Amino acid sequence: MAKLKLALYWASSCGGCEIAQLQIGDKILKLAEVADIVFWPVAIDVKYKDVEAMPEKSIDVCLFNGAIRTSEQEHMAKMLREKSKVLIAYGACAYGGGIPGLGNMFNRELIFERAYLETPSTDNKDKILPQTKCKVPEGELTIPEFYDTVKTLKQTVDIDYVIPGCPPEARTTWLALEALIEGKLPPKGTVITHNAKAVCDDCPRKRDVKKVKKFYRTFEIIPEPEICLLEQGLLCAGIATRGGCEAPCPQANMPCTGCYGPVDGVIDQGAHFLSAVASVIDSNDPEEIQRIIDGIHDPVGTFYRYSLPDSLLRRARVK
Amino acid sequence: MNFEPRIVGFCCNWCSYRGADLAGTARMKCSPNVRIIRVMCSGRVEPTFVVKAFELGADGVLVLGCHPGDCHYSEGNYKTMRRMPLLKKMLAQMGVEEERMRLDWVSASEGDRFVSIVDDMTAKVRALGPFKNNSKEAKHG
Repeated sequence: MAKLKLALYWASSCGGCEIAQLQIGDKILKLAEVADIVFWPVAIDVKYKDVEAMPEKSIDVCLFNGAIRTSEQEHMAKMLREKSKVLIAYGACAYGGGIPGLGNMFNRELIFERAYLETPSTDNKDKILPQTKCKVPEGELTIPEFYDTVKTLKQTVDIDYVIPGCPPEARTTWLALEALIEGKLPPKGTVITHNAKAVCDDCPRKRDVKKVKKFYRTFEIIPEPEICLLEQGLLCAGIATRGGCEAPCPQANMPCTGCYGPVDGVIDQGAHFLSAVASVIDSNDPEEIQRIIDGIHDPVGTFYRYSLPDSLLRRARVK
Repeated sequence: MNFEPRIVGFCCNWCSYRGADLAGTARMKCSPNVRIIRVMCSGRVEPTFVVKAFELGADGVLVLGCHPGDCHYSEGNYKTMRRMPLLKKMLAQMGVEEERMRLDWVSASEGDRFVSIVDDMTAKVRALGPFKNNSKEAKHG
């Protein structure tokens, strides 16, 4: 059998997904037996023009991580879709927009202002902002365009599968790679995980009645190690997040932040999480309810931490 | 052209929908801008419903339930009472004006109260103008 041709690409992401791919450990040798890596900017020297020269559908599988924020990323997403038989959104950014997706609370102008003018460590007297074209003595230089709105991979091109997580757990990555190697692929569109139920299903903590009088931020309390974190007033996204990760965060006394995305059937992870959180508030008095809600400092950042571009509203309205 | 707001109104079957019905049978004059969706309980109104209404182009969303203590299912409306303020806080962060979302209580006998809430909300949303939907606009920006 001919070896599989594998491509890996990063768009708007942090590089953590590349590390997660290596975390499959010695299984990487098994992967090397059956697959050749034809494109992987972080590790091998293959240029964009080399990819461009590849025939259509000549790549068997492409693991694409990162959200779509610039014209370069959009171009690469379209090109890799054309060249790949199977395109997989790898990680929370490609899937739901991820942390870069929170940029949708702002627009290009506000982000540039903050990054290139306002930050205390910036020395930019001439107020120079990135330009897509710039004339220098040697000729014209160009850089990719920075878009106002971050998009998910699925909003840019057609995708076949999703491997969720920030970053995906090694077991999740391997589950998908094994299916690919053995040719036992699930139906198109599947979010590949060990558990389609919520993280709570993976979580060993004891659950009882959820009644919360005050919400805490993680630095404000040391939670009791065996009781459900939401019951203790921490905003744990486990109830609104797909499992399969084996709940490493709750087991390390940290609340789930929702990186595996919504469970099947949920169209808006944030609204779903918000609904669950509000329901556990232990009060019937509007004023007290308001006081308890005031303890939730950043609802969008909490509820849509990895899924703002993939949510129903997609982005904030910026004046 | 005059702007006529489109407001989605979720009314609970046992109180608010009957209140709206009473306003109708009593031939009270009322702004025609609220499109009523009957739900069994205001507690059935998931925050997703409200967000979805905005996504589909509603200019405002009105959620009406039984007065606290009067819920047909004992405490469905208490759940709503907790969810909607948090949803409001989230929507404010997303740049949705406060007046575009309203939670209130109308009993089956309060046809006049239904009318005054609808008229008041319609006037406020009319003053704000149309809600421009992000998701439809967002190509690159």
